[in-house]
Amino acid sequence: ASDVSVLWLPLPRSLLTCRTAEPLEYHRSFLKENCRPDGRELTEFRTTTLNIGSISTADGSALVKLGNTTIICGIKAELANPTVEAPGKGYIVPNVDLPPLCSSRFRPGPPGEEAQAASQFIADVIESSEVIKTEDLSIDRGKLCWVLYCDLMCLDYDGNILDACVIALLAALKNTRLPEVTINKETSAPEVNLEKRWELQIHKHLVSASFCIFDDSILISDPTAEEETLSTAHLTVVTDEDDRLCSVHKPGGTSLSGERLQECISRATTRQREIQKLIAKVAHSVKKAQ
Amino acid sequence: QRSSNELYLRCQEFGCEQSLLSRPDGSASFVQGDTSVMAGVYGPAEVKVSKEIYDRATLEVLVQPKVGLPSVRERSQEQCVRETCEASLLLTLHPRSSLTLILQVLHDDGSLLSCCLNAACMALMDAGLPMSCLFCGVTCAISTDGQIITDPTAAQEKESRALMTFAIDSAKHSVLMSSTKGSFSVHELQQCIAVSQKASEKIFQFYRDSVKRRYSKSL
Repeated sequence: ASDVSVLWLPLPRSLLTCRTAEPLEYHRSFLKENCRPDGRELTEFRTTTLNIGSISTADGSALVKLGNTTIICGIKAELANPTVEAPGKGYIVPNVDLPPLCSSRFRPGPPGEEAQAASQFIADVIESSEVIKTEDLSIDRGKLCWVLYCDLMCLDYDGNILDACVIALLAALKNTRLPEVTINKETSAPEVNLEKRWELQIHKHLVSASFCIFDDSILISDPTAEEETLSTAHLTVVTDEDDRLCSVHKPGGTSLSGERLQECISRATTRQREIQKLIAKVAHSVKKAQ
Repeated sequence: QRSSNELYLRCQEFGCEQSLLSRPDGSASFVQGDTSVMAGVYGPAEVKVSKEIYDRATLEVLVQPKVGLPSVRERSQEQCVRETCEASLLLTLHPRSSLTLILQVLHDDGSLLSCCLNAACMALMDAGLPMSCLFCGVTCAISTDGQIITDPTAAQEKESRALMTFAIDSAKHSVLMSSTKGSFSVHELQQCIAVSQKASEKIFQFYRDSVKRRYSKSL
């Protein structure tokens, strides 16, 4: 301990803050200047890139990169019996997987709390927004329907997986092409025609925008993994093209005032327009290439 | 039938009992109409080295459903309750310790998440854990004709167009936690927040009355 006091030099504090030794002070020194360590503005989102139809064995797929965060979504359709409560509807089963590959904080084994909470969030968002009408997935009322298994896997975890998952899911659903099924009248067995496929109709283009609150007062959008661990609260707002809110997800943390919430909602609606244009552009270019 | 102008909570049917279990450090049972949740708190106790945080206590929340094993839905409820408790507890006073909060659902007739939050707050108070503020849970449902119903029953939740649960704190009456289902407009969201903030005052008054009643017996 005495050695350290001899070596201490009276430099200004800002030059001494080290990213690994004092991460909170490091981030605070940037936030004071209204910017962030990677050079972004407080309300700026990272560059989003999208790749549709990369998995040929899946019925629909999409790969999203939000900065460094990478999520891949694959959709497989299977035939199943509809549930007793809803005989005229099919169903969608989303699953978010955060494997040890994407970050050192996840250990191999059963899904942790973050993955399960994310899966529940995606399931609630699909149900709340009615992105696809589950009646479209019904083939024979009470006997046969489509079930869509949506698997979202994170390949690189750098914060804000919920936003990336929602974009990947929407793009993959747009890309999904289901084979036509006819019921043979004599044998009453289903006949699947893999050559003739039809596209799912997307009713609502939902996009999510995540924010986090720093030190109870500063609001930043699209947090990286480091910013997420240092923040005091998280908020995710999901909007659709009619400016209706499908989800306002704030799982605890420090409180949020009404004006801040309003700011987040306006930023989320602008983000919705940007992402809707991006998905339309990529889907159009995929169609032209086919 | 409830009119939209009346702020109706199942207040007359609220019930709370503290210190009913002998093993946990703090326990409480909260009843809202037919929905009933029992909470037990253990802590501050020893923590596993893999889970310990050097400057704060580690809070773990477990939600046990009435039937079956906890599933993905319970995990997301646990995340909501845990982060709300972490915001109001003074965790820095017990570094390298663990706090465990167990919520057992005894009966679910709607407004389950808000009943869990209320039971959790009363159990944390009963355990004597230092908190910066109290919190309460309020559920709002928007029916198909646009009416806002607070504290809905399971039947009302099923028929509603949107369902929102907020956790409101006692110090600034601001929103600590928000969990929504269904689609709604921004205006409806703001109305529901205002309605929840008004309803939270009644719940905090109920907390005060039940604690007063409990301690008046021993004085």
